[in-house]
Amino acid sequence: MTTHELVVMGASWGGLAALGLVLSGLPRDFGAAIAVAQHRGVEPADAVLADALARKSALPVREVHDKDPIVPGWVHMAPSDYHLLVERGGTFALSTDPREQYSRPSIDVLFESAADAYASRVVGVILTGANPDGAAGLARIRRRGGFAVVQDPATADRAAMPEAAMARAGADEVVALSEIAPLLTRLCGRVPATEQARP
Amino acid sequence: MTADWTVRGTADVESLEIALLLEAVYQAYGYDFRGYSRGSLRRRLVRRMEVEGLKSLSALQECVLHDPACMKRLLLDLSVNVSSMFRDPSFYLAFRTKVVPLLRTYPFVRVWNAGCSTGEEAYSMAILLREHDLYDRTRIYATDMNQTVLDQARAGAFPLGKMQEYTSNYIRAGGTRAFSEYYVANGRNARFDSVLSDNIVFAEHNLVTDRSFNEFHVILCRNVMIYFDRSLQDHVLGLLHESLTTLGVLAIGLKESLEFTSHADCYEALDSSQRLYRRVR
Ligand SMILES: C[S@@+](CC[C@H](N)C(=O)[O-])C[C@H]1O[C@@H](n2cnc3c(N)ncnc32)[C@H](O)[C@@H]1O
Repeated sequence: MTTHELVVMGASWGGLAALGLVLSGLPRDFGAAIAVAQHRGVEPADAVLADALARKSALPVREVHDKDPIVPGWVHMAPSDYHLLVERGGTFALSTDPREQYSRPSIDVLFESAADAYASRVVGVILTGANPDGAAGLARIRRRGGFAVVQDPATADRAAMPEAAMARAGADEVVALSEIAPLLTRLCGRVPATEQARP
Repeated sequence: MTADWTVRGTADVESLEIALLLEAVYQAYGYDFRGYSRGSLRRRLVRRMEVEGLKSLSALQECVLHDPACMKRLLLDLSVNVSSMFRDPSFYLAFRTKVVPLLRTYPFVRVWNAGCSTGEEAYSMAILLREHDLYDRTRIYATDMNQTVLDQARAGAFPLGKMQEYTSNYIRAGGTRAFSEYYVANGRNARFDSVLSDNIVFAEHNLVTDRSFNEFHVILCRNVMIYFDRSLQDHVLGLLHESLTTLGVLAIGLKESLEFTSHADCYEALDSSQRLYRRVR
């Protein structure tokens, strides 16, 4: 039985390549839902980003619309210029609240809401980036009993974000980029396709 | 057996505190936030608690109940929101090509801008309708739950520093004039031409607790219902529906959807990617 039902991932500078690599390593029957906040400008357009990642991944990649359900086995992307939040009851919410740490979507906003809603059933993953967004969110995930993964800064395009996360939150695992997908698969297990709800 | 006096995890106590605080706010002041999405609401409440120098949301509840000024500050936190002129230029472009021709067939046009915040959207709409010679026969009812943001909206002044962004939005939204024709610099602000606000009525209206107050040909309610949970969204969509003429136009935010709501089958898309719908029943 797996206890982790949701993986939240945050990435900034260099994140697109890193996300592509993580997603390409996840099996088609991956056992949890994934939600991603990737910092960017309004470019690339949401659909372009989702398509680029979908080509690398065996899992469906979708840009989130307000109140979309959280679907196991799907990769849910925060749209540009909106915060992505996890609500209790298995749905997402979006908001146009002010930027946090100069960012919208903000990784802290995603992670903290996921910690509140999923407690010990969430895994937080901090990837490459040049700012400290996500550190406070990862700390909240750990306080609520969730699992914290940080990309080994030595393998990150930009080390500042993983370093800030380790300094503020610590981590349950610090692993090389190439090891993240296998670790997530161990943590979240695999689900036979028929058991996955695919509306 | 001894009782276990530890509470189960800080966030669970916190969600109890939030529920109690929202109940207190509702009973004491009539503002009903109980059906709002909790994630962003929690962040705002915690921020207010910190700014007030308080240690818990229970303390914030006490402050709000005993000090109306504290409630006023909290309400502002819960309603100050980012807005901008010609936000989502592609939406305004679609409005020009798909809605303006419909409006030409009406002798008089009533627009409801629900959740207008500090007024950027209402002024953008006034500019657009003016450029299509429709503004003289239009009245825009711009409403929000908070009097303070409405006062700002009435002033018709926005930070001068924003004008570069707004000009670029305006051009991408299909604007053909020089955007600077619409305002004069006044200190740090750009004051918009009062002709633009002549036909805008700013008024307090709460989408959750107030009723329908008129019948409109166009309703703009963009990026407001994202703050509501599903069942509150259904309630508010019902209110908007009641307030829209048959064949009237409803515009919602670009990441919102009518799909899966109780009113989905009452609307036809005029432009689904820009979230422009027409009431068909
Ligand atoms: C993000 S702003 C949207 C502003 C503008 N419509 C736009 O898209 O740029 C959300 C606005 O909804 C208002 N609002 C929230 N709850 C409301 C309610 N129950 N009744 C009326 N307005 C409400 C807030 O005060 C805020 O001004």
